[in-house]
Amino acid sequence: MKHHTVLIGLLLAALLPSLEAQVAVKADFIHVVSGPPIKNGLILMDKGKIRAIGRQDQIKIPKGYRVLTAKIVTPGLIDAHSTVGLAGIYNRNQDQEQHEKSAPIQPELRALDAYNPREALVTWLREHGVTTINTGHAPKAVVPGQTMLIKTLSIPTEQAMIRKTGTILATLGNSAKGSGGKSPGTVAKQAAILRAELIKAREYLRKQRTATLEKPIARDLRLEALGGVLERKVPLLITAQRDREILTALRIAKEFDLKIILDGAAEIHLVLPQVIKAGIPVVLHPPMVRANGDLKNVSFETAAKLEKAGVPFCFQSGYEGYVPKTRVVLFEAAIAAAHGLNPTDALKALTLDAAKILGIEGRVGSIAVGKDADLALFDGDPFEYTSHVMAVIINGKIVSTQVR
Amino acid sequence: MRHILILIVLSCLPLSGQSQEIRAFHADRIIPISGAEIPDGVLVIRGKKIEAIGSLSTVQLPQGVKLERVRGMIMPGLVDTHSHIGGGSGGDGSNPIQPDCKIWETLNAKDAGLRKALAGGLTTVNVMPGSGHLMSGQTVYIKLRRAKTVEGLVIKDKTGWVMGGMKMANGTNSIRSAPFPGTRAKSAALVRAKYIQAQEYVAKIQAAGNDKSKLPPRDLGLEGLAEVLSGKRIVHHHTHRADDILTVLRLAKEFRFRVVLHHVSEGWKVAEEIAAAKVPCSIIVLDSPGGKLEAVDLRSETGGILEKAGVPTAFHTDDGITDSRLFLRSAAFAVRSGMSRKAALEGLTLTAAKMIDLDHRLGSLEPGKDADFIILSGEPLSVYTKVKQTWVEGKLVFDLANPKDHLFAVGGYGASEDQKMHTHCGWAGSPDHAKDGGQK
Repeated sequence: MKHHTVLIGLLLAALLPSLEAQVAVKADFIHVVSGPPIKNGLILMDKGKIRAIGRQDQIKIPKGYRVLTAKIVTPGLIDAHSTVGLAGIYNRNQDQEQHEKSAPIQPELRALDAYNPREALVTWLREHGVTTINTGHAPKAVVPGQTMLIKTLSIPTEQAMIRKTGTILATLGNSAKGSGGKSPGTVAKQAAILRAELIKAREYLRKQRTATLEKPIARDLRLEALGGVLERKVPLLITAQRDREILTALRIAKEFDLKIILDGAAEIHLVLPQVIKAGIPVVLHPPMVRANGDLKNVSFETAAKLEKAGVPFCFQSGYEGYVPKTRVVLFEAAIAAAHGLNPTDALKALTLDAAKILGIEGRVGSIAVGKDADLALFDGDPFEYTSHVMAVIINGKIVSTQVR
Repeated sequence: MRHILILIVLSCLPLSGQSQEIRAFHADRIIPISGAEIPDGVLVIRGKKIEAIGSLSTVQLPQGVKLERVRGMIMPGLVDTHSHIGGGSGGDGSNPIQPDCKIWETLNAKDAGLRKALAGGLTTVNVMPGSGHLMSGQTVYIKLRRAKTVEGLVIKDKTGWVMGGMKMANGTNSIRSAPFPGTRAKSAALVRAKYIQAQEYVAKIQAAGNDKSKLPPRDLGLEGLAEVLSGKRIVHHHTHRADDILTVLRLAKEFRFRVVLHHVSEGWKVAEEIAAAKVPCSIIVLDSPGGKLEAVDLRSETGGILEKAGVPTAFHTDDGITDSRLFLRSAAFAVRSGMSRKAALEGLTLTAAKMIDLDHRLGSLEPGKDADFIILSGEPLSVYTKVKQTWVEGKLVFDLANPKDHLFAVGGYGASEDQKMHTHCGWAGSPDHAKDGGQK
C-alpha cells in the first residue's frame, strides 16, 4: 500500500510542470466491465475520454503522458440515488437542503438549485472511487423533487453536470407521511394525491398540445415536470420499501404508462414475480441500511436474488438522517458480494448497470474507447475490507490520490 | 397433564449431567489472542470453561473424547463495549444526572437484536442507556446466552453483584433545555457538584462506622456513584470533540474515577494526552464523517493513531448506529486505515474485556476462561468471511447452518421480530441457568 502511495506521489511530483498532460493507467487487471478483464492492461486518456485500451505489450505510451499504476482498475463507480451535496456533513438546518416541507408534491424542485459541489461529502464519495451520482431530495415527501446526474467534481455545478434532471422522485411509505398530523397521513392518501397530480399533468399536456400562439396556456412548473414523466422523457424513481407499496408503485406505473425505477425495495424478495413481470429496474437499498420501520425485513441477500432473477438493479447510498451522513456504494456492494452476489456482477451493478438504468451508458459505466475517462484505482480486490482506493480519475484528470 | 410434566422434567435431566461435558474441536487455525496463532489448533472445553488449547500434536485429549473437525478458524467470542440492543432504557427527561436508573431491569431478552448480535460473533456486550444525559444510568454487561429473561443474560461477580458501568456523556447530546445544561461549562459544573455530593455521602457512611444511627438516608443515585468512586463501577463516557475528551480526563483525575472514553471522534487530535492519562478508548467506525457537528472531524485513522500513541483501543457497534452482525468489519476498517491486525483483533476481544473488568474470564482462549468462542469460515478481517457458529459458555447459541439463525444473520421476513419463546430443554435459558444468572 505504502509502495503504491510513494509511486503515485513520485510520478505526480515528476510531472507537476505538465499538469494538463494526458494520463495513462497501467494495471495488473483492468475491469472494463463491458467485456472480460484485461491482464497487464493499459488505458490511454485524452481530452477527457478513453483513447485506447489494451495489453501493455500492445500499446505504446506516447511521450508526455503521466502514468499511474495500480493492481486493479475499474470504471468510476456510480451512486444511483443519493442526497449528497444537498444533505450536508454538519446536519444542521443551514446545510440541509434535501427536504422542503411546504407541500407533499413538488416535482419542480431541481437538485441543481440546491447542490453544493464543494460539500465535504461529495469529496468523500469521490475519494472512494464514486465518480457519478444521481443526487437530489430525500424520500421524505410524496414527490420531493428532482435528481440530477453529476460527476463528483468540486467545480461549478453546471460544469460537472451530466443531466439536469436525472429522475423525478416519488415516495410511498412511512418516510413521506406529513409531520405533525399534516396530510398525507396514510399511504392510501399518498397514492391518491400522486394519482390526482398525474391526472392534472395529463390534462395540462393535452391543453399544451392544443394551445396556440394567440391562446397560450399559463406555464405550471409542477405540471410541466410531471408532464415529462407522463411523456416517458424522465423516469419516475419511486421509493417503496414494503411489499404493498411496491405493488402500488407498479399499479400506478401501469395506470399512467410511466417509465419507473423502483427505489429501496426492501421487501422486493416478497413480490419478486410481480416485479419481474412488470419488467422494472431497481435502485436497491444499501444492503447495510438499518433494519427498522419500513425496512425491518431487509436482507443482505436481496442483490443476489435480483441478479439470479434477471432483474436489472444497481446500488445507492440512500438517505441518512444521522450518522453516517452518507453511505458509500463501494462498501454497500461489498456486503452484497459477500452474500451471494458474484463480485463481477456486483461491479457491473456499481457501474454499467447503474448507467443503463439511469440512461447514461453512452458516457459512463464501462471502460471503452470514446467514453468518459472516469476510473477508480485499487491496490487489491475493491470489495475487500482492507483494500484501498489509491487514486480516482474523472474526465481524464486525476482528482484524488488520497489513499482511502 | 401431570404425566406430560414428568416427562418434560425427565427429559431435561440429562442436561445437568452435561454441564461438565468435555468437547474438543480441531480447527484449521486458532487465534487465541493471548498468544501466537495455532495452525491445526485444538480447543478443549469442559462444561462452561476452556480446558485446554494447543496444536494438534501437543494437546492431550482426555480419554474417550472424540475430536470434532471444524473447517475454519476459532477465535474468542467478540466483546462489544457499547451497544443498545435489547430495547432497554435508562434515565427519563426529569434530570440530566440519573445514576439510580439501571438498564438491566428494562432489557427485553426476546429482542431480535440479541440474535443478530450472536450472528456477528458477539458473546459479551456492554448494554448502555443513551447519551442524551450527562449521566443516563447504570450499564450492564451481558452474556448472549439464550435466555428467556434478563436474569439469564446478566453477568454477576463472585459476590452476586450484577456487573455494569456508569454511562456518562458530554458535548452536544446532553445539552438540552432546562433542567438539562445549556453549555459545556454548565455540564461539567453539574457533574462536579454531583460527584462532590457522592464523596460527602461516602464520607458520611465511612464516618458512621458500625453505628447505623449515623448513616445518611439511603440514596440510590449516590449509591451508584459510590460504586464509581470506589472503582467498582467503570464510567463509560460518550465524548467526541477533542476539548470534550480533555474535560473527561480532567474530571476523572479530580474524582479519581475509572473511565473508558467512547466514540472519541477527535481522539486522533489528543492521542498523546489520552495516553498520558492512561485511559483506554473504545472507538466507533463509521462509513463517513459528519451527521452531527462533533463527528465532522471523525477520521478512520483514529484506531491506528491511538494504537501508536500506546492507548488501549477497543471497538463498539453502538448498535443501532452500526450493525452488530458486521462488528468484525469495524476492526477491518481500522486496519484499512493504519491499525495493526494484532491490535485490531485484540480490540474486539481482550482489550475490550479489560474495559469491562472481565479479562479474567473473557477475551482470549486460555484454560480456565469461559468457553466463549466463534468459528469463522476464514480470515477474520475479510469481507467474505462468515461467522459460522457462536458458542457461549460451552453452548452452541448460533449456527449459520440452522435456517432460523440464518434468518437473523442475513435478514429477511421476520428477522426483526421478537423471538418466540421456546420451551425445549436445550436452551441455555432453561430455568437452571436463569436461577444463577448463568454463573457457575
